[in-house]
Amino acid sequence: MMPRSTLPIVAALTLAMSVSAHAATIQITMENLVIAPAQATAKVGDTIEWINKDVLAHTATARNGEWDVMLPPKKNGTLVLKKPGTIEYYCRFHPNMKATLTVQP
Amino acid sequence: MFVRLSAAIAAVSLLGGAALAQGAKPTDPQIAHIAYTAGVIDIAAAKQALKKTHNKEVKAFAQDMVRDHEAVNKQALALVKKLKVTPEDNDTSRTLSKNATDKRAELAKLKGAAFDKAYVDNEVAYHKAVDSALETTLIPNSSNAELKSLLQTGLKIFQGHEQHAEHVAASLK
Repeated sequence: MMPRSTLPIVAALTLAMSVSAHAATIQITMENLVIAPAQATAKVGDTIEWINKDVLAHTATARNGEWDVMLPPKKNGTLVLKKPGTIEYYCRFHPNMKATLTVQP
Repeated sequence: MFVRLSAAIAAVSLLGGAALAQGAKPTDPQIAHIAYTAGVIDIAAAKQALKKTHNKEVKAFAQDMVRDHEAVNKQALALVKKLKVTPEDNDTSRTLSKNATDKRAELAKLKGAAFDKAYVDNEVAYHKAVDSALETTLIPNSSNAELKSLLQTGLKIFQGHEQHAEHVAASLK
């Protein structure tokens, strides 16, 4: 019989494995001040990779303050999603660049 | 409020008026010159702000303006070189430059919070004026597709700066 205390650990490990097994990298581009796709969906554990194709610096900044990713000119930036929810984000330098990320559990 | 609005109107009518006063549509070499000059003006304004301001947010905004407009003007220079277009000075560019010089002289007399407010308010008005000139005059009249496309990107950048300036202006109140 398995000691009671190991059950949650096994459950957590199984969960972690299943998450990592399915973790994907989702690419979102910023080009000519347009975020594409403007609406993206991902899962907790996935990585978002923003590709800045502009000669300008951009940011991917969550409106709720949860994250703020700097994207220097012609560089990429990544973020591992930790919490579910629908998050609106924008570029702090060019607030007319807006997009939404839906993170599923 | 009245001062800011009238400044914006003056700037808008100036840009549009000067271009229209020529009686002819601006040519690509003139459009390139106007767009480049508009960038140079904003860099000069930002450099003045970097010397004068003690406000963290105003400083960050001014640094953003220098970085963005230098990057865009570098692209603009590369494009005119590629297209073998020589930017041509014109009345609109001259009026823009003269007004900007006057504005900097006016701002030079201010200090502290008064300077910060005047600089940021002018940035809002200036970007609005340039946006309007791009939309109504420069983009529709540009004939080269690459120049038009750069101006269209420029418009989005300027609109972004306008919103950014508005955020900073709101934080100063």
